[in-house]
Parts: sequence; C-alpha cells; structure tokens
Amino acid sequence: MSRLVALPLSKSFQMAYQSIRVRFFRSLVTTMSLVLAVAFLTFIQTGNDTASGLLSSGEESVERSLTKAGYDINPVTKTIASSAKQRWIVFLSLLTCVVGIINAQLMSVTERFREIGTLKCLGALDRFIVRIFVIEATIQGLAGGFLGALLGGLMGLLSTFLKFGFSTIAYIPWSTVGMTMFYTMCTGTILSLIGVLYPAIVASRMQPIEAMRVEQ
Amino acid sequence: MSDRNNIVRVSGVTKDFDLGKIVVKVLKGIDLEIEAGKYISIMGPSGSGKSTLFNMIGGLDKPTSGKVFIDEVDIAQLDAYELAWLRCRKIGYIFQTFNLIPVMTALENITIPMTFAGVPADDANKRGMELLSQVGLDGRHSHRPSELSGGQQQRVAVARALANSPSIILADEPTGNLDLTTGEDIIALLKNMSIERGVTVISATHDYKMLNVSDQVIWIRDGRIDKIQERDELDIRTGGLESAH
Repeated sequence: MSRLVALPLSKSFQMAYQSIRVRFFRSLVTTMSLVLAVAFLTFIQTGNDTASGLLSSGEESVERSLTKAGYDINPVTKTIASSAKQRWIVFLSLLTCVVGIINAQLMSVTERFREIGTLKCLGALDRFIVRIFVIEATIQGLAGGFLGALLGGLMGLLSTFLKFGFSTIAYIPWSTVGMTMFYTMCTGTILSLIGVLYPAIVASRMQPIEAMRVEQ
Repeated sequence: MSDRNNIVRVSGVTKDFDLGKIVVKVLKGIDLEIEAGKYISIMGPSGSGKSTLFNMIGGLDKPTSGKVFIDEVDIAQLDAYELAWLRCRKIGYIFQTFNLIPVMTALENITIPMTFAGVPADDANKRGMELLSQVGLDGRHSHRPSELSGGQQQRVAVARALANSPSIILADEPTGNLDLTTGEDIIALLKNMSIERGVTVISATHDYKMLNVSDQVIWIRDGRIDKIQERDELDIRTGGLESAH
C-alpha cells in the first residue's frame, strides 16, 4: 500500500496565486520594496550603459560633459565602470530590500499560522508548505522585478536624455540596456527567494497542533 | 487482544509538561479503548487534561510514556510521511474555530484533503459537490468562508473532514463558537454521519447537548479517567438534567 500524500505543482501554483490575490495589499507592500530596490539598481546600471554608449561615439564634447555629470571614465580604456561608491549604495539598497522582505514574509507566516496548522492536520507535508511560500515569492519576485526593471530603465533613459539632450538617442546601446533590465529582474526574483527562505522554513516546521489554538 | 473492533487504544499514557522549574503532570496514566463506529464524547473541566488526551488520540501530540494505537498502529512509530498520511486518510479534524482556509471557496476547502490523497481534480470536485449537498449547502460551493455564517462554515468543515472517508472524526469543541440551535444542527449532522457511514466520532466538549447523542461519555478529571458512561446510563442522567430545568 502506498502511503503517500501529494500536492501537484499546478495545485500549489493555484494556492499560491489565490493567496496573493486575496491578500493583494500585503503582497503589494512586500513587492513594492522589491520594485524600488530593483528600479534603483536598474537606474544606476542603465545610466552607466547609456553613458558607455555615448562615450563610444568618440566625440570630445561628450567625454567632457560625462565627466562633468560625475561619471568615472577610465583614462586608459576609455570605458565607464560603476564606481565603488555606486556599488556600495546599490548593495546597501538590496540588503535593505531583503531584510524588508524577510520581515514582511515573517508577518505573513504569523498571520497564517492557523491556516498552515490546518493544512498540516489535513495531511500536508513540510515541503508542501515551503513550496507554496516559494512559489508565492517567485511570483512576487518576477512581478516586482519586472516592474522595477521597467521603472528603473525608463528613469535611467529619461535622465540621460535630460542631461545630454534627445540627440543622444542614436548612441543608446539598446541591447545592453535590455540585457541589464533582464539581469536586474532576475536579481529581484533571487532577492525575493532569499527573503522567503527563512520564513518558509519557520512556517513548515510549525506543528499541526497550532491549528487547535483558540486565541489568536 | 480483545474481540471488539477497537479503532483507538490508549494504554498507560502519561504526559508531563516541563515548565523549567516545575513539571506539570497533565495526564497521570490513561487506559482507554474506543470501539469503531461509536459516538464518543470526552468531557471534563478545563485543565483536566481533556484536550491533551484528545490531541494524543489525534496524533497531534506524543505521550511522555505509554502508547497510543490507531487501528492497532502505534503512532509513536510513524515517521513524518506516515503521520501525514494518517492525518490525511484516517482522521478528519473539526475545530472549534472552523479553520477553513480563508482564501479558498467552500468547494476548494473540501477538496484539499482529496488533493493531498491523490484524487484526480474532477473526481474530487464531484465528491466535493456531493458532500456539500449532504451537509445542506447546495449552491454555496463558490462562497468564501467570510461569506458564510458560523454554522455554515462548520458544515463545510464537517464535509471537509469526511472528504477522504476517514475512520475517525476528531471534533474539538465543535459547537464552542456556535449558538444553541446551530450547535444542535451540527451535533445532529455529526450523529447522522456517524450512523450512516459508521465513522467513529470523538469529540472533546463542554457542551451538555452532546450527551444526548453520545454512545459513550468519558469523564476526565485531574489527568485520570473519572468514569466512563455508556448510553443507557446516560439517559437517566440527562433525563435528570432535563427535568431539573
């Protein structure tokens, strides 16, 4: 006799999706911190990408105005690298974002204690609970990452146009900007997954007996 | 082993809670046999160990010493997978606070245990609709718990507990959050299901309405079994209560 309990992937997706839809506002708050962090990362990267594009146009005046705008041009290779200061700020913003996600997800786990306990009474295994939380975080990460990349990319381009004029549109390296946006979206999703890991483990370790508690 | 078909057997169970400085002995040696198909009430004042015993029978807690057998299987020997399987297939839980999943509709709530048990979605939905109509909730399948009254939520919970045709239904104060008539309806529903399906219903309760339908009442006092009354002894007692009103 096979004594197995199962939760098909499609059903896990459905449960995660429903949970996000019904608790939309809470998900939105969690996702917003991600959107902002990813947007900032994309903004900085897109700025560097477009500046590199402008620099490769080879015009003297461009190089001067870039230096004036605060870009660090490598005097030997004539390329623009992100400065140590930029990297440090981006790193801090991502760190803050992850801590924010962990906090929000832990709240969400606490809120759903009885629900998780009930699922366990109905026969859910630890890994079902982890899976539902991870899928939720992936959806939030993809959505937040996409919005953030879009927002940051647009802002990055806009600021380039405002600083150097719309004529620079010819020198924008579109494929590099596209790749940057893709990478930052992936970064967002990974951050969301890192953020949910600990809360999901806390949730899955919960005893089914918690479902019986009356006070909450 | 006895000839009777015991679905639950508790032998020499004690439970201590270690609170650091003091150890509280909640159960002080319980021996109990519960026959299949009966409607059992566990009664006792708060703090008597009633809930602790109830949780042990449901495989939600492990005894400090002694053994709990469900269908002659020692639950202390089961690993996490087997325990999950037991909760999924053998036991249906009904809670005082209903505990429906708030983000799911009534039908989805009923089908979760079937999904865990590997029942295909179409079959699960079909059976879910049947169960809904058996508990008197036709046409409510797409309602969320927040759109249902307390009594209706508890009916959904009863249907969910029955989803995988378990041998045992564990009801923890099922009428605790319901008014008098709704509570009576739920008790009648549980009793009917017990008779029709031969399910063993075990409920921990304070509710004297439960006594009328119980085949057996187990009174717990101070961590021990005070007395076990069969139905015929009970009738006299409840008669006495009724006439006292």
